[in-house]
Amino acid sequence: MTATAEHNVSYKLQKSILKGLVYLVLTAGAVIVLVPLYWMFSRSLMPLGQYYEIPPVWIPRSLTLEAYTSMWDMYPWPRFIGNTLQIAFFAIVGNVLSSTCVAYGFTYFRAPGRTTLFFILLSTTMLPGVVTMVPLFILFRHLKWIDTYLPLIVPAWFGSAFHIFLLRQFFQTLPPDLFEAARIDGCSEIGILGRIVLPLSGPVLAAISILQFQWRWNEFMGPLIYLNSFKKYPVSLALYTLRGEPQGSTPTQLMAGGTLMTVPVLILFVIFQRYFIQGVQFTGIKG
Amino acid sequence: MTVTPAATTQVGSPKRRRLSMSRREALFFYFFISPWIIGFLVFQIGPILASLYFSFTSYAIVDSPQWIGTRNYLRAFTQDRLFWTSLWNTFYYVGFGVPLNVVFAFLLAVLLNAEIRGRISYRVAYYIPSIIPGVAGAVLWLILLNPRLGLINMALGVFGIQGPNWLASPQWSKPAFILMSLWGVGGAMIIYLAGLQGIPVELYEAADIDGASTAAKFTRITIPLMSPIIFYNVVTQIIGSFQVFGSAFIMTGGGPLNSTRFYMLHLYDYAFAYFRMGYASALAWVLLLIIVAFTLLVFRGSSAWVFYSGGRQ
Repeated sequence: MTATAEHNVSYKLQKSILKGLVYLVLTAGAVIVLVPLYWMFSRSLMPLGQYYEIPPVWIPRSLTLEAYTSMWDMYPWPRFIGNTLQIAFFAIVGNVLSSTCVAYGFTYFRAPGRTTLFFILLSTTMLPGVVTMVPLFILFRHLKWIDTYLPLIVPAWFGSAFHIFLLRQFFQTLPPDLFEAARIDGCSEIGILGRIVLPLSGPVLAAISILQFQWRWNEFMGPLIYLNSFKKYPVSLALYTLRGEPQGSTPTQLMAGGTLMTVPVLILFVIFQRYFIQGVQFTGIKG
Repeated sequence: MTVTPAATTQVGSPKRRRLSMSRREALFFYFFISPWIIGFLVFQIGPILASLYFSFTSYAIVDSPQWIGTRNYLRAFTQDRLFWTSLWNTFYYVGFGVPLNVVFAFLLAVLLNAEIRGRISYRVAYYIPSIIPGVAGAVLWLILLNPRLGLINMALGVFGIQGPNWLASPQWSKPAFILMSLWGVGGAMIIYLAGLQGIPVELYEAADIDGASTAAKFTRITIPLMSPIIFYNVVTQIIGSFQVFGSAFIMTGGGPLNSTRFYMLHLYDYAFAYFRMGYASALAWVLLLIIVAFTLLVFRGSSAWVFYSGGRQ
């Protein structure tokens, strides 16, 4: 009797120690991953003199927007932001239209070769971009598309395999009776897509648009390869240029630029958290 | 591929019409998926074949490609010292980075799937670094890794450790990039979390009734049921890590002493700095073959540990 009671006590103790340890590790880890962001924000708001102090300053003694204003004067940031938005807008529109259309085809129509084609589609999500990079550059160069946004935008108009997959997953949850009814009423296939499927797909369309936007906002290598004119740069390329600025840029300016690029994504995340997470999670469950 | 049968349906007999119904459906199918098929041919298959062809040519973009057989490949393997350097750097990055990323992401997901107060906040905290834009993350880590003024060495200093020179040191530059990649582990964590939430609770309850220990539940239920997701993640991480580019390009440009000259940086130089498209294509194909070989290796190994309920899909 006492033995089991004792056993119980030590078991409970063990369990609560373990639990405490888990909290400790998780909290320490969370601090470790978030402190770098604090570092970026705090350094962007510091006078340059404080940045160079040793040991490094944890909490800025005085705050200044100096880094932001000087960075803002150095480069035409509104223009760069506009460029990114322009690329993102046309890519999102093209991607939503084409991916929806393809996903609709894969979901509702049976045809010989459908399974094979869908398998090929899924496999392309694993295709390493490295093998298409050089020939695509040559192709776009022949088309005289270098230093335009077309190489970044046009491929988005032919559907993205991952988004097609997401949309198909969603379309499969819609009741087939709905389409049958519309078909009996004489609605055309394109009409069904436009009048029935699309209006029901708001959330998933929002999810893929946000994924696409996030990707475009971050995109670096594409613009690096295809754009030459400074005034056509998107934000990502501009921040890279600021880092290597021949006139010299200060670390506080770099952190201001980093903040400028990060804050919109954080805001989007706060508003559309669900879509971010859904999008990422779908990637993993396709198995 | 002829349109005539569909066009003649109006005049066809009922039997013929039923036959053409499936034909009609097939036509609609190919009509709707045609954007993807065109994109697939023009932006994927076409370029892949073209790059295979270019890899056997000497092609300084302004001239037309000249067939030179396997000379590009021979040159890479026998004369290009930096090819081996960049290959080694990349293997280092993949070899240490991928396993560490997978283990950390999975353990975090398991911890944050448990009944823990405030677990949503923890999840958000760990997830946030993975959504920071790449260029912003790169400039931030330049500052964090600064030997004298950076956060990392300051934190190490608290424990009495004299931090290394990180990006200025050929020995520590690659670990610095691996460390940085671990910062973004939250993205994979979220995927594992989704998988963990999909494991039926009844399985654990049944195990509890049978008196199974926590460790037994973990190795007999959690790991097997999660193995397809782990497997998928290992594959995508391998593919992604072999092509690491942006962070190194921005932060070190391949230095110091080529210690962070990863494979893609080497390829980028040949393609877009020297415009030697033939050689760059050969480099691309070598990397593709390496990636395919590794993926196949993981696939073949997977039958031993990946568990598919209800058979392979």
